[in-house]
Amino acid sequence: MQTLDMASTELREVNSTLQSQKADTNQRTWEIINPKGSHAIACGLDGPIEVTVRGSTGYYCAGMNKEATVNIDGSAGPGVAENMMSGKVIIEGDASQYAGATGHGGLLVIKGNASSRCGISMKGIDIVVHGNIGHMSAFMAQSGNLVVLGDAGDALGDSCYEARFFVRGKVKSLGADCEEKEMRPEHIEILKDLLERSGADAKPEEFTRYGSARTLYNFDVDNASAY
Amino acid sequence: MNELNKNNDGIPQTAPIKSATFTDPINAEIRRAAATGIYDIRGGGAKRKVPHFDDLLFLGASISRYPLEGYREKCETKVTLGTRFAKKPIELDIPITIAGMSFGALSGPAKEALGRGADAAGTSTTTGDGGMTPEERGHSSKLVYQYLPSRYGMNPDDLRKADAIEVVVGQGAKPGGGGMLLGQKISDRVAEMRNLPKGIDQRSACRHPDWTGPDDLEIKILELREITNWQVPIYIKIAGARPYFDTTLAVKAGADVVVLDGMQGGTAATQDVFIENVGIPTLASIRPAVQALQDMGMHREVQLVVSGGIRTGADVAKALALGADAVAIGTAALVALGDNDPRWEAEYNALGTTAGAYDDWHEGKDPAGITTQDPDLMARFDPIAGGRRLSNYLKVMTLEAQTIARACGKNHLHNLEPEDMCALTMEASAMSGVPLAGTNWIPGRTGDY
Repeated sequence: MQTLDMASTELREVNSTLQSQKADTNQRTWEIINPKGSHAIACGLDGPIEVTVRGSTGYYCAGMNKEATVNIDGSAGPGVAENMMSGKVIIEGDASQYAGATGHGGLLVIKGNASSRCGISMKGIDIVVHGNIGHMSAFMAQSGNLVVLGDAGDALGDSCYEARFFVRGKVKSLGADCEEKEMRPEHIEILKDLLERSGADAKPEEFTRYGSARTLYNFDVDNASAY
Repeated sequence: MNELNKNNDGIPQTAPIKSATFTDPINAEIRRAAATGIYDIRGGGAKRKVPHFDDLLFLGASISRYPLEGYREKCETKVTLGTRFAKKPIELDIPITIAGMSFGALSGPAKEALGRGADAAGTSTTTGDGGMTPEERGHSSKLVYQYLPSRYGMNPDDLRKADAIEVVVGQGAKPGGGGMLLGQKISDRVAEMRNLPKGIDQRSACRHPDWTGPDDLEIKILELREITNWQVPIYIKIAGARPYFDTTLAVKAGADVVVLDGMQGGTAATQDVFIENVGIPTLASIRPAVQALQDMGMHREVQLVVSGGIRTGADVAKALALGADAVAIGTAALVALGDNDPRWEAEYNALGTTAGAYDDWHEGKDPAGITTQDPDLMARFDPIAGGRRLSNYLKVMTLEAQTIARACGKNHLHNLEPEDMCALTMEASAMSGVPLAGTNWIPGRTGDY
């Protein structure tokens, strides 16, 4: 394992070193020590490496990740794994606002709680939160799956498109055009796979599925009160 | 009445007078809203008359200063954008760039033509909401990649292919508003690029999903620079609204370039009420932005690109004289490509409009084949010929600006200054900070005559 110590190594050098590890690299396992809540750690990675951050991170850790696995051995600041394309990001602690925002792919696992706007505008990413999520989560979510083992805050899935939300606990309120959906066998399969891959101790049958009622897909003045 | 203004007894009557408040267009809009229950959505920028560059004049040379010889003495036009932090600033031959317009709003061939025309004239083009297409990357040697709230099509590979990144905070046509692409234009390809079902109305968010405020923006810019190895300039695009403060905050957040878009700046589609009633004119936006840069000691260190109603070389020269480093054109570029061309008048009439007024770009029925995704209409547009027209137009505007600059004795367009101009109206004088013609008076400033 290669170690990058942020007590003595600048952010630019840390990221440059990790970003230069491509598909054929031999140095596949890295750890970052003394992150001290720095922003933009391990963003823009583009290869099949595994990075473990020993501590908590600031904004945008693992932003736009491709292929890499990033473990955060602490909590993550706002925008963790924003616009992730592929790979895996695992947070041992909690995540702040906008976790997984606009993510296009890959798997984001938050073992603690996630704050507001988790999965905002998600575009294909899968997000599994072992704890609770805050208000306005999955706002304008387009595609992908958001799995919550705990409770969801206000306005879940407001103005969502084709993304799926699976919540085991209570949902404080649903956002505009978001409704409870039937849990069909294919959804059980999707959920089972995500729970397994994220190390979550839960049964798919315990969850309720939510998604778009699709009433706002094309403008209709009779729906104006929803806006 | 058998004769206008007389009753049947031949006695003069009060002439019918239409209200200046309830005009024919206003009444027509009331009837349209009542019939449909939908607000009017359209493309383009503000159509209302506002103080503009036409309200400024250049003074030219005189005894106190001498002109340069046209076609003989050099008048430089080059501009470099992004000199503050980027390792690779953008070097342009002319200070006229192509503003952000999306694939989706425009057809693929139209985007290609913008790239061809800009390349031939030595300037840059800009992507829009919807991501980067191979066509526009392939035909634009200098391409600015917009980073928008929707993040449609956003990915690190395209980000790294860009020659600059433009973080869009606001747009002159709709400060505080998001985008809108109605179902008619969501083709298979557009839907795939935006991760959306085909045929639905696509709403682009008005706020970025993962930052709020200038402190967050500073960190967002750090992330973008880290992902792109600090190579390319980061622009921040703001709408003409509170230009002094927004420019100050953009610089504070780490912008290399500030793009300032006044209310005449176009959009692919939004509510007419938004376009006409939110934001301030381009003319009123420039001086406060320049003042902000000067107050921070950042004028010319952080470059200012102005857009919104730029049509001629005179407009370019006036914007630069007010302190801009470059301008951007959108609507004018589309007109150069062939948008609203009278050759399609019969088809415009069939759509209930006329050449020069067509603005239902969101409906995807553009007879000129530019603002559409309809294959038959798109086939009408030749990207090579369109690119050539745009290149010609850009070169003419540059020559016009040079002509004015030489007449003012300037050997670079950037040497134009407010002192080279006067204003025709008090409004334009107050907004632009140049004296009313024939006086040394700027309303609200000097107070003396």
